[in-house]
Amino acid sequence: MSVKLGLLALLDEQPMYGYQLHTTFKERTGGTWPLNIGQIYTTLSRLERDGLVDAAGDDGDGHQIYALTDAGRVELQRWFATPVARADRPRDELAIKLSLALSVAGVDVREVVQAQRTATLRDLQDLTRQKFHAGEDDLAWLLALDSLIFQAEAEVRWLDSCEERLLNNQAFKNGVRR
Amino acid sequence: MTLLSLQNVSRVHGHGATAVTALDAVTLSVEPGELVAVMGPSGSGKSTLLNLAGGLDAPTSGTVSVDGVNLGELSTRAVAALRRRSIGYVFQDLNLLPALTAAENVSLPRELDGVGLRAAKAEALATLERFGLADVADRFPDDLSGGQQQRVAIARAFIGARRLLLADEPTGALDTTTGESVLRLMREQCEGGAAAVLVTHESRHAAWADRVVFLRDGRVVDEAVNEPRTPNGDAMVSGGRP
Ligand SMILES: Nc1ncnc2c1ncn2[C@@H]1O[C@H](COP(=O)(O)OP(=O)(O)OP(=O)(O)O)[C@@H](O)[C@H]1O
Ligand SMILES: [Mg+2]
Repeated sequence: MSVKLGLLALLDEQPMYGYQLHTTFKERTGGTWPLNIGQIYTTLSRLERDGLVDAAGDDGDGHQIYALTDAGRVELQRWFATPVARADRPRDELAIKLSLALSVAGVDVREVVQAQRTATLRDLQDLTRQKFHAGEDDLAWLLALDSLIFQAEAEVRWLDSCEERLLNNQAFKNGVRR
Repeated sequence: MTLLSLQNVSRVHGHGATAVTALDAVTLSVEPGELVAVMGPSGSGKSTLLNLAGGLDAPTSGTVSVDGVNLGELSTRAVAALRRRSIGYVFQDLNLLPALTAAENVSLPRELDGVGLRAAKAEALATLERFGLADVADRFPDDLSGGQQQRVAIARAFIGARRLLLADEPTGALDTTTGESVLRLMREQCEGGAAAVLVTHESRHAAWADRVVFLRDGRVVDEAVNEPRTPNGDAMVSGGRP
């Protein structure tokens, strides 16, 4: 996804000026996606150039307000109607690292797995504590946290299954590398 | 004072060539207020550890102390009394009594504590209520769903002022939200001064713990400690809740 679509989604609620968008974006993503104000302004001017937003006057304090155009609304709908493709995500460094660990002499894959598991659990603990303290009605924030929590959990499950696969593999147990 | 302490605890089943070391020189202490999770592959010794901590099994070597009392120095009867007074246990296979209703299963430990029948019943209903089970109080275990049975077993462990909670896979049959609410209750019980050890294979649940201990082949191989990364305890992947 892009900053562009994020801003379109926020402007769909109401017209806003740059700083306002910056604050709202941070709120909605729970700080999981740090953006600086400069990125907001560059994105806004590109959106304006492409006809997806319009400058809609100022708010009386000299802040330039932006509003969604019809074309912007269509673009936003298209985004929500299209599933996110896993292939668009960056390569998974961890998966590559584990595969490589199998063949590199002097590296104990089980140790690599355990170290990763502990690190991921630490992240999970952090996220869970935030969930424990979050307000029940802070739905956007809770959804964002849950997403991060389930992703981390999936990683740990995958690590568990890596470990099982290693333990059940005769060649691995006999110390054969490939 | 440390609520649960395992010092160099080993448990070997059988003798000679067929001996199985289920737990191998494990040292672990749990303080009041702490929730500790235990994770590890099947057969790594998780249930063994919990059984030893709950006085249901005795170590081959090493010492297990609850509330500063070395269980090895107590008579069987004294261990049973301590267990009844201070320990709430959720078994991996639940162990609900089929001839008793949900409410009776939950009130039983209180009756054994010497609390009157009526008071015990009232406490049981209040506890069932906390677990969202008020409407099944009068049903027998066989007439409950797996998840409901599981929550009754947890309610039974939570009743009374039990200071040490030991739970073996308590969230197995629960859906996401119910599982989470059980963890939340455990967390709150700990904030109130209890201590808990939770065996689980779900990292999402283990993450509610202050510490996660990893077992492998009966040994502790690692530990994830949940220390606040910022003074207000709300560190975040990047910057925290704005
Ligand atoms: N009574 C017994 N006699 C012989 N071996 C036993 C006995 N109880 C447990 N063991 C062995 O001790 C080891 C640890 O068992 P334990 O039940 O503690 O594992 P666990 O980590 O709880 O596994 P699971 O995740 O499957 O519940 C296993 O190898 C098991 O076969
Ligand atoms: Mg077990």
